[in-house]
Amino acid sequence: MKHAPSFGPLAAKRRKKRGDGPFLLAVLPLYAFTLLFVAGPLIYMVVLSFLQRAEVWGVVYTFTPQNYVHILDPIYLKTFVESFKLALLSTALIIAVGYPFGYFMAKLTAKWKQRMMLLLMIPFWTSSLIRLYGWIIIFRANGVLDKVLMALHVTDAPLKLLYTYPAVVVGMVYALVPFMIFSVYSSAEKLDWHLVEAARDLGANALQAFLTVSLKLTLPGLLSGIVLTFIPSMGLFFIADILGGNKVVLVGNVIQEQLMKAHNWPFAAALSVVLMVLTSLSIALYRRVAKVKDLEGLV
Amino acid sequence: MKNRTKLPNVYLGVVLALMYLPILLVIVYSFNQSKISSVWDGFSLKWYGELFRDKALLEALVNSLVLASLSSLGAAVIGTLGAVGMTRVRLRSKGVVEYVSTLPIMIPEIIVGMVFLVFFSLLGLPFGMTTLVIAHTSFCIPYVYMLVKARLVGLDKSLGEAARDLGASELRAFVDITLPLVLPAIASGMLLAFAMSLDDVVISIFVTGVNTNTLPIKIYTQLKTGVTPKINALCTLMFAATVILGFSSAFLGKKDRKKL
Repeated sequence: MKHAPSFGPLAAKRRKKRGDGPFLLAVLPLYAFTLLFVAGPLIYMVVLSFLQRAEVWGVVYTFTPQNYVHILDPIYLKTFVESFKLALLSTALIIAVGYPFGYFMAKLTAKWKQRMMLLLMIPFWTSSLIRLYGWIIIFRANGVLDKVLMALHVTDAPLKLLYTYPAVVVGMVYALVPFMIFSVYSSAEKLDWHLVEAARDLGANALQAFLTVSLKLTLPGLLSGIVLTFIPSMGLFFIADILGGNKVVLVGNVIQEQLMKAHNWPFAAALSVVLMVLTSLSIALYRRVAKVKDLEGLV
Repeated sequence: MKNRTKLPNVYLGVVLALMYLPILLVIVYSFNQSKISSVWDGFSLKWYGELFRDKALLEALVNSLVLASLSSLGAAVIGTLGAVGMTRVRLRSKGVVEYVSTLPIMIPEIIVGMVFLVFFSLLGLPFGMTTLVIAHTSFCIPYVYMLVKARLVGLDKSLGEAARDLGASELRAFVDITLPLVLPAIASGMLLAFAMSLDDVVISIFVTGVNTNTLPIKIYTQLKTGVTPKINALCTLMFAATVILGFSSAFLGKKDRKKL
């Protein structure tokens, strides 16, 4: 067999015969790790969400839907609604800032596109903590923003924006806008600009051409950007924590508090399951609408 | 194609400037003589000096480096073998396992942290470096896996087959042919994973023990309780490290990203 030809039907048959043997061995670690340390914990989270909290510490293994009923409690329901509102507002602003950016970027020359990519990667790569710290310097009382505004005589007294709602919104937008830019850019980059020119030649004005051609064709990127920003903005508890003090409470903050302070793990699990279901639903919805398998611009 | 107006370029410039502003402020203030960071009191390197005399911070730095090295190494082995195997085996469960294995970077970080916290205490694992490494490996694997797989898809399959036809064993063909060809992708994925591990705070907070601090956890606690200018110096050094790592990863992975 050693000198048999490597092409033709015979070779194909031999290749098939070789089977999966060594490759089964190769996927074994991935299978084992995924089952034990990804699927396992996730399944346990679902189980835990139906268990009862023990009086002092730990959990009691009796089935109860009570944790989910507990979420409907006005206090927690309000947190979900508030998180939702903040996520909605952040996402709207992220679209307003990120969409034009990605769109204009796709119009640059190849050389500038590459430079722009690098310029975007640096802040994206930088630790989120460092970037948050920068905003603390800007927002704190008598910080950079207050000084600039007072020097320009826009305001007379410091605004003290740190630990306010607007500070959290800025932090969210700032942390998540790169995802929108990358998504829109990768969609707009594939756009055939001749189509836009054709629309213009046929009498459409700039706005009409944008709405009927460009926007439609970059919709997948826009949608994937929304998926990548909307859900994370409900869970990014540390932004609300650092820039909002205790004033802005998100679902993420409640999960963290229930886990680390109240030690009500089943309830934290139930909250996480709901957040996870919302995440999956929005990704599934995105796939249905955009008819693609992978999130555009993710890799 | 020449732009009709300069307005879009102005827009790009303004947004970019806003993105860099907070980072630049942190860097500038790290060289500030004054202890009160809202006052500029002249250039000084003293905070860098103090930083290197802070034993607790240095210990956290060592922890972070050990953690990032172990997780990215583990992810490199599991992710590379997985990607090579997955492109060749015919298993029905393939799609599902692939999907589940990428979940740690798809779902909100807080959920990843929370499930590991409850799962590790179910298993009775002591919280510390072990739990940190497992948790970090879980979100490092997808980066290596996706980059190596992308590289494999772009490879000429007949190269490996030629080696096999010439009598090489499956292992020999892998080590001699496939591995050198995917090496840049492995390196790129590892660097990305390393940087992600070095940066992670949310997941680490949940799975670390009382005595094991990582650098991001230290910074996070200080940001909440009150910052000393040492943190500016530390952040500046971390920024430099990420930029170097990022550029290396981008450079190594350049060829593959072009193919995608």
